[in-house]
Amino acid sequence: MSDEYEHKLEAKSDYVSDASSGTSASDIDKLPPAELPDQELYHSHSWWTTYVFSQDAKYIGVQYACTAIGTGILGLVLSWLMRLQIAFPGLGLLEPSAYYQFVTMHGMIMVIYLLTALFLGGFGNFLIPLMCGSRDMAFPYVNMVSYWMFLVAVLVLLSSFFVPGGPTGAGWTLYPPQAITSGTPGHNMGIILMLVSLVLFVAGFTMGGLNYIVTVLQLRTRGMTLMRLPLTVWGIFVATILALLAFPALLVGGLMMTLDGLLGTSFFMPAIVSMGEQLKYEGGSPILFQHLFWFFGHPEVYIVALPAFGIVSDLISIHARKNIFGYRMMVWAIVGIGALSFFVWAHHMYVAGMNPWFGFFFATTTLIIAVPTAIKVYNWILTLWRGNIQLSLPMLFSLGFIVTFLNGGLTGLFLGNVTVDVPLSDTYFVVAHFHMVMGIAPVLVVFGAIYHWYPLITGRMLNETLGKIHFWITFVGSYAIYFPMHYQGFIGVPRRYFEIYDSPYIETSTMGLNVFITVAALIVGAAQLLFIYNLISSARLGKKAEKNPWKANSLEWQTPEMPPAHGNWGKEMPKVYRWPYDYSVPGAKEDYIPQNVAPSAVTEAKVEKS
Amino acid sequence: MAVAIVILLIALGSIAFHFWSPWWWTPIASNWQGMDDTILLTFWITGFVFVAICAFVAYCVWKYRYQKNRIAEYKPEDKKLETRLILITTLGVIALLAPGLLVWNNYISVPDNAYKVEVVAYQWGWKFRLPGKDGVLGKTDIKLINDENPFGLNLEDSYGKDDLLVDEGELHLLLDRPVKFELRAIDVLHNFYVPQFRGKMDMVPGMITYYWITPTRIGEFEILCAEYCGTGHYAMRGLVIVDKEKEYNKWEAKQITFDKMFAKNKNNKNLQLAKNTK
Amino acid sequence: MNKFFKTLAEKPWEESQAKIDNEHLGKTLSLSKYKLGLRTIMVVSTIIFSFFIIAYADRMLIHDWRSMPEPWLLWANTGILILSSIIFHLTKIASDRQHNDKIKKGLYFIGFLAYTFLFSQLLVWYQLLNSGYYAATNPANAFFYLFTALHGLHLIGGLYFLGRTTSKFLRNNSKVQEIQHTIELCAIYWHFLLAVWIVLFGLMLFT
Repeated sequence: MSDEYEHKLEAKSDYVSDASSGTSASDIDKLPPAELPDQELYHSHSWWTTYVFSQDAKYIGVQYACTAIGTGILGLVLSWLMRLQIAFPGLGLLEPSAYYQFVTMHGMIMVIYLLTALFLGGFGNFLIPLMCGSRDMAFPYVNMVSYWMFLVAVLVLLSSFFVPGGPTGAGWTLYPPQAITSGTPGHNMGIILMLVSLVLFVAGFTMGGLNYIVTVLQLRTRGMTLMRLPLTVWGIFVATILALLAFPALLVGGLMMTLDGLLGTSFFMPAIVSMGEQLKYEGGSPILFQHLFWFFGHPEVYIVALPAFGIVSDLISIHARKNIFGYRMMVWAIVGIGALSFFVWAHHMYVAGMNPWFGFFFATTTLIIAVPTAIKVYNWILTLWRGNIQLSLPMLFSLGFIVTFLNGGLTGLFLGNVTVDVPLSDTYFVVAHFHMVMGIAPVLVVFGAIYHWYPLITGRMLNETLGKIHFWITFVGSYAIYFPMHYQGFIGVPRRYFEIYDSPYIETSTMGLNVFITVAALIVGAAQLLFIYNLISSARLGKKAEKNPWKANSLEWQTPEMPPAHGNWGKEMPKVYRWPYDYSVPGAKEDYIPQNVAPSAVTEAKVEKS
Repeated sequence: MAVAIVILLIALGSIAFHFWSPWWWTPIASNWQGMDDTILLTFWITGFVFVAICAFVAYCVWKYRYQKNRIAEYKPEDKKLETRLILITTLGVIALLAPGLLVWNNYISVPDNAYKVEVVAYQWGWKFRLPGKDGVLGKTDIKLINDENPFGLNLEDSYGKDDLLVDEGELHLLLDRPVKFELRAIDVLHNFYVPQFRGKMDMVPGMITYYWITPTRIGEFEILCAEYCGTGHYAMRGLVIVDKEKEYNKWEAKQITFDKMFAKNKNNKNLQLAKNTK
Repeated sequence: MNKFFKTLAEKPWEESQAKIDNEHLGKTLSLSKYKLGLRTIMVVSTIIFSFFIIAYADRMLIHDWRSMPEPWLLWANTGILILSSIIFHLTKIASDRQHNDKIKKGLYFIGFLAYTFLFSQLLVWYQLLNSGYYAATNPANAFFYLFTALHGLHLIGGLYFLGRTTSKFLRNNSKVQEIQHTIELCAIYWHFLLAVWIVLFGLMLFT
């Protein structure tokens, strides 16, 4: 990363020209004062406060990303062990309890500790201040604390591997009563540690989310209206709002279940007979937990998806040298999807035993949310139409995203339609659906985004050959893993089964299919090691990147230094004159016009009136 | 270039897999053909969309590949096109939702002539209860479950005395007669699922949930638990056998009533106590 | 709300819109970032407490519901909170008028009241536990411990910021401008916690 920025950055009231005065020669370049008093910046003075307890959002972003990816690698390894058990049960690799513990930890790690942390904490911290044109986040100290809370949350989660009984094996959905009764692994300490970790995570992310919201709303630079923000920021911004509104439900459910487990309260626990013994609980409702969990859980998947949507829009636009098609619709779609996501949660509960009339309501809202999502897909492909498409690595991964997200989104239409969900719920169809739409598609965006922004973060390019191998194996391999899996669901193979054995009702054995899927998974897994190697080695040995190597418009590429120094912009804050999608503007000399290029410099460019 | 071909291959390959792979749903054995039909309709619509969009992407990647002197089109939006796309999508969604909701309406509306069978799930097996001669299932409570009364029947409820208790995890059903499953769990969440019947519903301790089917062919079908319930979840299997009337009656006659079982249990307990005190 | 929809309907690529946008100062709302931050926290807290209230209301409807005893100390504690809000309001007025002496007294008194409140809440817990009303004894009890614990934790969080404000004020030799807005923010937060307490207390009283 860059060196410490020694000079004190002062708020300069740099009046260029009075906005209210009449005409003058440089009228088109008029702008308001250079720096607003809100942006005082913290300057670190020791190695510890620069690199460890950093309050610079760029460092914090990298810290989040590294912690998240590290945890994610553990989640990946767990998935290999699970798949080996499924495909080769004869090996006796895992006991059922260990299998279920891995299933649970794999799920929780991937959804919360990898994807949410990476998109919001990693990309959010690094990109939001830069793309908005501010020097840092609104509350840098709180931002720093939020990362350390995340780290502590991860450590608490991992510590559950080492307690008596091991980590919880309740499934990432942690449903009571089984999560805290004796038939489930880790029902003593494991589940408590998991819940404590989640509570810490939510607290930390509230602090982070606070920063992202306030920064995007209040700390943009001059000329940067909301509608001049790149879609990456819109995606992360709306996702953060969702997080702030949805995580409380998880917090509440988690706290109440902790009390049920520790103190014997009966928030979720009805009267039950467990292993021949009447337990002391009574009156609680397991379905209440499900409502709370999924009120969080469904927005959660959009918290992962919306940043991916935003980022991929920018990747496609930049690498096809074409403005994103239908920017306004894209923004509306992001906001609309975000709002609607609070009204669909019970489609995870169609067969949970709730009032059947809810099925009508939630099926309708769920299929309505398909419409703005479809619009986004149309707009991505219409951006490709009549573009000038560079098949760079970010573009390749974006294309992979379109195919896999399309597949995953379409299978969602099966499950959202309540009556189709009846035979398919809790089968491998669901597992295939959510992996395709949450595991593969957004992760392809993560890869594309890393290939895209790596030069900004490190000043070097990632190795392209390794990248191409990584792309092809990951894209084709992941599709090969999850597409056939849907058909196991049609057969009726339930999920969370340690062993299916060659059951008499399955006419064609799925054991061969399981072996195929496992082998594909191991190959794709190995390809990720290539990627990790590329990440680490290119930081030192990668080709040095020229400034703004992808010739992009958004502000993060327009800093005076690359990688950006502390304070991002040097003495004077940038001024924004245009939206970020002025690519291939008719009449312009280059096929891109960065946001901070004044109109006087491109007088020959004509913008099409629509 | 390769990308365009691969995307096309993925789309076509998926279609090929769908039609020619050996993995497809188990032949249906209940009246819920409507669910299968809705699935097929969804396949046609989503399959069409998938292939169309993949083909479009492949075409664009090929036709508009980067050339130094090419200038991409600059078009921030196209209201007409966008409106049309929204309309088509909405119509497609309605086409999927409407039949689906009709079938759902049937699923939650139990026919009046359906006979009741109670399914009790526990960690990790299945028990069943039939209403017996009086046609009514007696009331139960989890708190009443003990060694003598494993089903937790309320001793004061006279309807329960003739209930038939099936303890071996094997249930028989009548062919072509609608049956309503009343579902109970005594410890954690479970789900009574027979793939060939297509129906399923969670069983929640403290509640009675339900769904109904009409078995349409004779056979033996496996019960799979479809809601995670602990380490034995995968091993919680049972059997459902659909019989013609004669065989069903033979089976039913062999089942024990609650009255007799309770008396037998009490007897055994007294014998045991007597043995122990000797 | 209307302004929001209008914003989303803008066409940023059009020349006429660009001219307007170039004058934009970078803020969407006319609030300081601290006020916006506080409001966000209050929204999140409100949602948390709302979920608990929903769970409470849901549970209340079940036939085995029994209310819990009403220790008189809770009324005293409510009084303490009301008093704190009043003092805060006066302190805020004092800070507007730069009456340093009053500000100092006010901040100290509020701190004292807050600690008293927390201690007194713990006393209530002790009383209940001694009489055998554990968390698992009945659902109303469980909710009571949960509500009071969360409310107390929020207050501790507020005390942290109050403490920082007070020490900043004392350190800088009573330069009021530095902490004027912090006092205002803390006051708002205190009023918020009072409102939360009244809702929770009222809910438990009437059921």
